[in-house]
Amino acid sequence: MTFDSLPLKLMELPGAVPAWQAQTSAAELPGICQAVKDQCGRLAALWGSDEQDQGQGYALHLALASPEGMLWLRAPLPADRPWYPDLSSIFFPAGRMQRATRDLLGLDADAADRRPWLRHAAWRDAQYPLRREFAAATVFEKGSDDYAFVAVAGDGVHEIPVGPVHAGTIEPGHFRFSIVGEKVLRLEERLGYTHKGVDKRFQGMPLAEGAKLAGRVSGDSTVAHAWAYCMALESAAGAAPPARALWLRALLLERERIANHLGDLGYLGNDGGLAFGLAQFMRLKEDVLRLNHKLFGHRYLMDCIVPGGAACDLDRGGLDAIGAECERLAREVRLLREIYDDHAGLQDRFLTCGRLTADTAGKLGVIGLAGRASGQVWDVRTQARPAPYDMLDTHIKTHKNGDVAARVILRFEEIFESLRLSRAIVERIVPGDIVAVLPAVPAGSQGLGWIEGWRGESVVALESGADDSVRNCHLHDPSWQNWPALAFAVINNIVPDFPLINKSFNLSYSGCDL
Amino acid sequence: MYQLLKQIAAVGIKTEAPPRADEALRVASQRLKREILGMFAGSLAIRHVDAGSCNGCELEIHMLNNPYYNIEGLGIKFVASPRHADLLLVTGPVARNMEVALMRTFDAMPAPKLVVAVGDCGCSGGIFGESYASCGRVANVIAVDVAVPGCPPTPIALLQGILAAISPGGPGAG
Repeated sequence: MTFDSLPLKLMELPGAVPAWQAQTSAAELPGICQAVKDQCGRLAALWGSDEQDQGQGYALHLALASPEGMLWLRAPLPADRPWYPDLSSIFFPAGRMQRATRDLLGLDADAADRRPWLRHAAWRDAQYPLRREFAAATVFEKGSDDYAFVAVAGDGVHEIPVGPVHAGTIEPGHFRFSIVGEKVLRLEERLGYTHKGVDKRFQGMPLAEGAKLAGRVSGDSTVAHAWAYCMALESAAGAAPPARALWLRALLLERERIANHLGDLGYLGNDGGLAFGLAQFMRLKEDVLRLNHKLFGHRYLMDCIVPGGAACDLDRGGLDAIGAECERLAREVRLLREIYDDHAGLQDRFLTCGRLTADTAGKLGVIGLAGRASGQVWDVRTQARPAPYDMLDTHIKTHKNGDVAARVILRFEEIFESLRLSRAIVERIVPGDIVAVLPAVPAGSQGLGWIEGWRGESVVALESGADDSVRNCHLHDPSWQNWPALAFAVINNIVPDFPLINKSFNLSYSGCDL
Repeated sequence: MYQLLKQIAAVGIKTEAPPRADEALRVASQRLKREILGMFAGSLAIRHVDAGSCNGCELEIHMLNNPYYNIEGLGIKFVASPRHADLLLVTGPVARNMEVALMRTFDAMPAPKLVVAVGDCGCSGGIFGESYASCGRVANVIAVDVAVPGCPPTPIALLQGILAAISPGGPGAG
C-alpha cells in the first residue's frame, strides 16, 4: 500500500528508510488504522509522550508499517482527558502496548482489558513514570501485586503457575497454564518483570550515549537495536554515515543473526532430546564469538555501531578471516542439518509441534522469523531496504507450516543466506571512512530507525531535546508482536512440549519489558 | 547415526584448561570457613536468577556449558531449584518488579550459601542505575560474596568469579 491514499498530510522524514510523519486526531485513529489494515499494512509500535512542557497535553504515537515504508502517526490528547479509542480490535498487538502506555503515562485506550501490564507493585496506579513531573528516582513502598489471570473452568481443569524465576538460565516472566491432563487449554503470559524504566532513562541522555542504552535493551539484539537507534538519530540530524560504515553495519547484523540462530539450533536439538546438537552448535557459536572478539573487540558486538557510523574497521586480513569462516560454517552447518533432518526422534518432536497457522499469525500481526515460518512475508531488508541492503539481493525464505520444524528450517535457511550475504559484503565493501561527525541536532528534531534483526524488526522513534540530548525515545522490540503468538501456538499441545515450542520462538523479555 | 558418530570423532575434544580463581573479584571477606568450602569438594550446584538483565549476561552463562569451557567437567552444574543450590548467580540490575522474587529465591536456598553478582549491572546498576524501576546493584538487595564486572563478562571471567567464591582464600579466610 502507499500511505498517500489516507486523509493525512504526509511529511517525509529524511533517512535510510522510506518514512513519513503525519498528525491526526484521536477520533480519526480507528478509521485510519482500518484503512491501513485493509491495504495489508500493520501496527509496528504504539507508545505515548508527555508534551505538557511544550504547553500541550499528551501525544499518542503509532508506527504503521507497509512493505513500502513506515508512517509515524501522532495524535495529540488533551491533558485533562488523555483518552483515545481502543485500537486492539483492529490491530491485535495494540492491546499490550496500550496497557503499557497507560501504566507509564496514563493515556487511556478505554479498552475492555484494564489490567496493568508493566506496572506490578513498584509504583502505584495513578502514578505515571513517563510524565515530566515524575522524578525518575522516586521510590514507592511496595504495593500488592495481585493479577487477575483468566480462569478456565471445567471438569478436571487445573493450573500450573510457572515463574517469574524459571528452571533454566533464561529471563524472568510468568506463565499460567490451564490444563486438562497434559493438554494445554490456555497459556496466559504475564511479563514486565524486567522493567528497568528504559524510556525514562533515555530522557535527557546525550544523543550519542543513547546508542549504548539502545544496545542494552535486549543483549541478544544489541546490533539491531543500536543500528535502529543510530538510524533514527541520523534521520533526525539529516546526516548519513559513510558508505563503508553501512556495509560494516550489515556485516555485524548478519553476524548477530548467525550467532543467535546457531545457539537456537543447538538448544532446539537439546530440547528435542539430542544433546549432541547443543554441543556441536554451541561450539560453532563460540567460534563466531571468538572471531567477533578478535576482529571487533566484543563477543556480541556491543557498541560497535555508533552514531554516524561504526566503531571498528576491518583490514584485508579481517575480511579474509570472515570469508574463510563463512566457508567453514556453511560446510559444517550443512552437515549438521543433514544429521538433524535424518534424526527420526528429533523430527518426531519438531513436526506439527507448536503450530501457528498462517491465518492466526496474520490476525495476530506476527513478524520476524516466527512470522515468516507462518507465511508472513515481512523483512525490512527486502522491503524498506535500508542501505546497503538496497545493493544486496537478499533472499528471504518463508514456510507455511508454522510448527517448530518450520522455525528450525527457517533458522537453517537464514544462516545460509546470512553467510552468503556476509561473503558478498566482504567482497563488495567499499573503502573510505567508517564514521562521520554528526552535525548538532536542533531541539525538536525527529527521526525514525527501522532494521530487521535476527528476531524481527527493531523500530526506534527519537526526538531530540536541547543541547544534543534525547527528549523522547521509544525502542520497539519485535517480541511485543510475537509473545501473544506463543500462547496460541501451545494450545492443544502437551505441557512437556512447551520448552521446545518456547525455544523455537525465543522471544526477548527485557526487549519489551523496557 | 553413522554421520553423527563420525562428526563426534572428527571434532574431537575441544575443552580447554580452566582459568584460576580471581581473588580480585571478591567483594566480601570470606564468609564461609575453609572447612565448609572443603565440603563442596569440587562439586557445586548453581541456581541462576535473572533479576532484570538485558539477557546479555545470560548468553555468556549459556556459553559456560559449551565444549570449550565445559563447566560440568569441573564438577559445577546448574540446577533448576534454589533448594538444590549452593551458589546463587544473579544477573542484571535488580528490577523492582523482580526484587521479591530474588529475595524469595535466596531465602529458599539452604545455608551455607554463596552469591555471585554478574555483569556491570549486577556490580553497580550499570547504565540503568537506580530508579523508580531499578534497585541498582545486586548488593542493594541481598549480600554478595563475589562480583564479576563486564558487559557481559566473558565465560573465563565468570569461571574466575565462581571459582573465587568457592576457593578458600581472601582476607577473611580460615
